[in-house]
Amino acid sequence: MDASNYLYISALLFTIGAVGVVVRRNAIVVFMCIELMLNASNLSLVTFSRINGDLDGQVMAFFTMVVAACEVVVGLAIIVAIYRSRRSASVDDASLLKR
Amino acid sequence: MMQLALEVGQTAQPEAIMFWILGPMAVAAALGMLLVKKAVHSAILMAFVMIVLAIFYIAQDAVFLGIVQIVVYTGAVMMLFLFILMLVGVDSSDSLIETIPGLRPIAFTAAIGFGGLMVSLLGRATLGRDAIGLAAANADGNVEGIAMLLFSTYVFPFEVVSALLITAAMGAMVLAHQHRTTARPTQRQLSINRFRGASLGTAAGLPGPGVYARHNAVDVPALLPDGTPAPTSVNASLEARGDMLDYKSFDLAEVNTQIEEEK
Amino acid sequence: MFISNTLVYLIALPLAGAAILLLAGRRTDKWGHLLATAMSASSFGVGLYQLMLMLDRPTEQRPASQKLFEWIHVGEFKVDAGLLLDQLSICFVLLITGVGTLIHIYSISYMSHDKDRRRFFAYLNLFIASMLLLVLGDSYLNLYVGWEGVGLASYLLIGFWNQKPAYATASKKAFVMNRVGDMGLSFAIMIAFATMGTVSFVGVQEQVSQTSEAALTAIGLMLLVAAAGKSAQFPLQAWLGDAMAGPTPVSALIHAATMVTAGVYLITRSNFVFDAAPTAQLVVVIVGAITLMFGALIGTAKDDIKKALAASTMSQIGYMTLAAGLGPVGYAFAIMHLLTHGFFKAGMFLGAGSVMHGMNDEVNMRKYGALRKFMPITFVTFGLGYLAILGIPPFAGFYSKDLIIETAFDAGGAKGIILGITTLIGASITAFYMTRVMILTFTGTKRWDGDAHPHESPWLMWLPMAILAIGSVSSGYLLSRGDALENWLYPLFDHSDEYQKHLIEPIIVSGMALTMVAIGVAVAYFKYARQDVSSTAPEDVSIFTKVARQDLMQDRFNEAVFMRPGQALTTTLIATDQAVVDGAVRGVGQVALSSGSALRGLQNGYVRSYAAIILVGAIALIAAIWVVVS
Repeated sequence: MDASNYLYISALLFTIGAVGVVVRRNAIVVFMCIELMLNASNLSLVTFSRINGDLDGQVMAFFTMVVAACEVVVGLAIIVAIYRSRRSASVDDASLLKR
Repeated sequence: MMQLALEVGQTAQPEAIMFWILGPMAVAAALGMLLVKKAVHSAILMAFVMIVLAIFYIAQDAVFLGIVQIVVYTGAVMMLFLFILMLVGVDSSDSLIETIPGLRPIAFTAAIGFGGLMVSLLGRATLGRDAIGLAAANADGNVEGIAMLLFSTYVFPFEVVSALLITAAMGAMVLAHQHRTTARPTQRQLSINRFRGASLGTAAGLPGPGVYARHNAVDVPALLPDGTPAPTSVNASLEARGDMLDYKSFDLAEVNTQIEEEK
Repeated sequence: MFISNTLVYLIALPLAGAAILLLAGRRTDKWGHLLATAMSASSFGVGLYQLMLMLDRPTEQRPASQKLFEWIHVGEFKVDAGLLLDQLSICFVLLITGVGTLIHIYSISYMSHDKDRRRFFAYLNLFIASMLLLVLGDSYLNLYVGWEGVGLASYLLIGFWNQKPAYATASKKAFVMNRVGDMGLSFAIMIAFATMGTVSFVGVQEQVSQTSEAALTAIGLMLLVAAAGKSAQFPLQAWLGDAMAGPTPVSALIHAATMVTAGVYLITRSNFVFDAAPTAQLVVVIVGAITLMFGALIGTAKDDIKKALAASTMSQIGYMTLAAGLGPVGYAFAIMHLLTHGFFKAGMFLGAGSVMHGMNDEVNMRKYGALRKFMPITFVTFGLGYLAILGIPPFAGFYSKDLIIETAFDAGGAKGIILGITTLIGASITAFYMTRVMILTFTGTKRWDGDAHPHESPWLMWLPMAILAIGSVSSGYLLSRGDALENWLYPLFDHSDEYQKHLIEPIIVSGMALTMVAIGVAVAYFKYARQDVSSTAPEDVSIFTKVARQDLMQDRFNEAVFMRPGQALTTTLIATDQAVVDGAVRGVGQVALSSGSALRGLQNGYVRSYAAIILVGAIALIAAIWVVVS
């Protein structure tokens, strides 16, 4: 079993996550897609760790998880705040940047 | 099951079987996330992908990460997602029709290009040797190995990340917190408002939903004595979320005709 | 050098008059002309006083100077506003203020019907002040101020009746052609400063010996351009004829007696430069000779009395320029001719004004005739000026013009013969056209229109004419008696070694000159006095006459050589400016604008499209890595 297969699947999952960020409108789904991308990179890190025979990659993945948790907490709080004021969770409705 | 996965990870052939079963399933689930309409379904598929990834971690001798993945992601993060989904509206479905012209073709072309390039790069990258494996690194145990690194080499990033986590928690609290702009009304004030307010009709409180109606669900309005539905009987947030049924269909007059037609 | 502190009053008086009349406006309408005349006269008085002071001093102490204030002091460059009154300046001061005062008096009557008489007198005073500054400045830069002031006053006075578009155009033409000369003067000043580091007359004179001949030639030629512009010399002569658009006193004062002599003043004042630059000097002579013939030929064909006199002026100043170009011997004769010419030409212009005054402002000589009986005083004064310009002894022109012809012959060799013959022929043609003017105007039959009632002018007008006529008669004798003017100017123009050497005996030259004059007079007499003169100009004339009537094609030449290419150049420059310069500027803006509006589409505010752009960027990054790795 070649460890690089995990890398291929990681790339695929990452790509799918990226497409999801672009095409989906529900902010929560967008967030989930971002999580998917982070998890795909975690899989790569873990695989690198296995290929290189040390645990640094796993530590990196651990840090990624912690940072992802922070990001989710803050991001969801933002979504709640936006939903409170606009009654919508669609990212297209928050398009005030152009003005 | 965890023990099983550990054993599978140590032998080449069972790992390949596991990979070729779970890998395509994970990709399919990820694709499903993009394609399903309801956010709740996306969340469930996401949880599945995460569990598969946890299994992959364990299969690659990253037992600690696998456990953390399940506990943190599938346990905490996904619960948080679902909680927010409930708040925003569990039934709210996303229209899959693209509104920004040209975005979808760009996204798919970009995705194919991105994936193709990544895969071709990975295919061209050669290590010149087999994977070393983590048998030596995990000799004292996976958790101990990671702990050694975290508290020695990576202690400073670890502290920084912990500070980040605290800050994020504080930030989320601040963001979610709503300031009161007026003083909390006293009992006396509430009472005055109720009786001296716009209408005496609500002095005894708002009608409960479903009372005197065909249904007693929370999203069905009550019927007033004259047979007309009372919109105020339904929770305002349900109405705002669009989860309320059209109260006009509960008008007694319409109900009667329907009954006669059924006869 | 003697330090005086009264020189400034020469300039200050007329300048104050101009300032009061211009600033106080219509309040001074009633007495403004009297004030201006008084200012001019008192300036003349100051001039006489200065002359007496000067005569009291020994020869080497005669020049007086006055420092007014420190004007420019930048690094090495230091110019004081200072005045210098020497033997040369005083001639000009007295000519300007004397003739100027007479013309002021004359104008009181001549302009009495004009509602803007006050403004006219203000400009006259401004002109007097500027001209005095021009001849009194002790450096080229101070001279330049007066030079420009004179140009301004000339412009204002030529266009005094600027309600007529042709007159306004004439003033503009004079101004523009003068600017060409002014450029020459400014170049000369710049070259002088660059090579010598000084622009004062004294400083330049001291530096001449240490300066290369090429630089001096350049300065000399540029000064000549300046002189040609101001003195209507070839090739910048075209403006003088049109300048007759101004009121006749202006023509008399500015375009006959004083301003047009500024060029001669500039050349004689810069004698040290020209003496050290023979090439420039030769060009001066050539320009003088050409202009002399040019003006004379134009004069033969003009029916407009003022334009005939203007052509004569051009020709006479050509004589002066020629004399000034002949070196140390010629300077004094140039100045002498300038002074006598100032008298007789001013007198004749005033006479022409008097004739016009009596003839409803008619200027066409073919509509005159037989005015002798109606305007006896004008006839006599004009006639005395006529005899003077012809060079009949003992009138003024005889002394001055004869000396110039002698000097021309004395130049020696082929140059002397060519110049001598040119001056002789010029004298003959002068005699012809001046006789023509006399005959057409004062003798023969009446040809004027029915509503003309010729009458003698009032005493305020004929008095100045009479005084100028006296000058026309006597000035030549007085100035040349015992070589008075030459000795007076001797300290400035050192020519002792060359003087008294004559290649041809003066009496022979005088005889030749008088013979030529007699021929000219005779031709004119037979052509105009013995035949009837039609009141309209004949059309079946030779090609030469036609060309001469059109000022020898000078305007056409200027139009074809300078104006058309200039217009084409400016049109091209405008087109280039709009297409290239503006195009580049606007193009930059357009590129920024269009690229901005193209990029604006990306900034649609949708987070998802930004995410898509990030994705595309990531692809570009990976593609770059892929290319580098492979």
